[in-house]
Amino acid sequence: MSTSIEPTTTVDARGATCPGPLMDLIGAIRDADPGDVVRLRSDSEKSLTDVPEWVEEAGNELREIEEHDDHTAFYVENV
Amino acid sequence: MTTDIVILGGGTGGSVLANDLAERLEAEIDDGAVRVRLLNDGPDHVYKPVWLYVPFGKREPADGRRPLRELVDNRIEVEDTRVTEIDTDAKQLQTDSGPEPVEYDHLVVGTGSTLAADEVPGLRAAGHDFYSEEGSLALREELLSFTEGHLVLSVIGSPHMCPAAPLEFVFMTDDWFRQRGLREDIEITYTYPIQRVHGNSHIAEWARPLMDERDINVETFFNAESVDPETGVLESMEGTELDADLLVAIPPHRGVDIVEEAGLGDRGWVAVDRHTLEADHADDVYALGDAADTGVPKAGSVAHYQAATVGQRLASELRGQQPTARYDGKTICFIETGMDTASFVEFDYQNPPSPISPSQSIHWSKLAYNESYWLTARGLI
Repeated sequence: MSTSIEPTTTVDARGATCPGPLMDLIGAIRDADPGDVVRLRSDSEKSLTDVPEWVEEAGNELREIEEHDDHTAFYVENV
Repeated sequence: MTTDIVILGGGTGGSVLANDLAERLEAEIDDGAVRVRLLNDGPDHVYKPVWLYVPFGKREPADGRRPLRELVDNRIEVEDTRVTEIDTDAKQLQTDSGPEPVEYDHLVVGTGSTLAADEVPGLRAAGHDFYSEEGSLALREELLSFTEGHLVLSVIGSPHMCPAAPLEFVFMTDDWFRQRGLREDIEITYTYPIQRVHGNSHIAEWARPLMDERDINVETFFNAESVDPETGVLESMEGTELDADLLVAIPPHRGVDIVEEAGLGDRGWVAVDRHTLEADHADDVYALGDAADTGVPKAGSVAHYQAATVGQRLASELRGQQPTARYDGKTICFIETGMDTASFVEFDYQNPPSPISPSQSIHWSKLAYNESYWLTARGLI
């Protein structure tokens, strides 16, 4: 299923091992403006728990999780 | 016709590879079929693990420097020059030595890590580090006069060089202050960007109880956003504030700009196949060590093992054979757990680390290895 959310930036962390994808997301959010949406593409299983935990901790919003055949896309809004 | 192999960077990966090729391609180099050039920005090879010991007065930065020319086989042309541009289409490099480009048939990028403290406002003014010669010397002065207050070790950049070093630093600091009878007046806090104390979950699970036993405070999910140089307050993206009397930071890291400008990868890290170490975005380019974006630690042991892979693959290519050598992610690392005890880990892409019980003998092994490192750089062990 595809989302209608238009990301401001995309971070492709496919192939990276933990904690690479989460650190890539944190780096992108660090550079993002409020309201920007970062799409993180990850094929690391740990991202399924790491990413939601961090997003909640940091007070940002996980707008959507999109499952693909070979990866998961996380849409995170910098609140 | 001579085949030119150019190695960019004379750190661990570049030096070990140069010596590996000198031995592997001895006949080809001697008869002029192959030329190997090692370009380095400066005359010295620098062994960075020495810096961890400088703040505690155990070592001097000079202990980590030796002239590259003395370490590398005479069959290798060592050049002190700064590369200013990589053109992977023309297969040539520009340097600050003159307008004449350096042509290559095969390029190996071993340009390492650089520190990017300016990415965090206030960090350069307020933070100390042990990830540079000048930083470790300045930190030594601070530590010697630090008798009470709050010491914060904040891991800000990840990936960063030597992933175990921040843990080692707080374990050593704790021990050092205890031995000097100051620990009761000094609070130590360790911060890490994700939800555990180390990127590798196995090392994190091993280290966390040790930190609790030693009264080292832990703040996880702490991504420093700014530091106020006036107050020493460190603020995180997650909204936590820490008031530090002495801030020791692992600054954000980057590779070098010329890698990014050449389109080889983001933030100066070369995008590579993590097994073959071939660059994703250019032909006849390898990367190794910190510069190679493989996801394994940015550590000397990694560069050492990767050099053997690249050396074997290059030799196969030059001889018209199918290269078969592959890097399996092998990493070894000593982890100091105090001023006179240490642990050890060994892992690869398939097998996770399992830290062994800390002991004095492993600590001495680490110190002994640090001395014998110069044999590694020379390609002897």
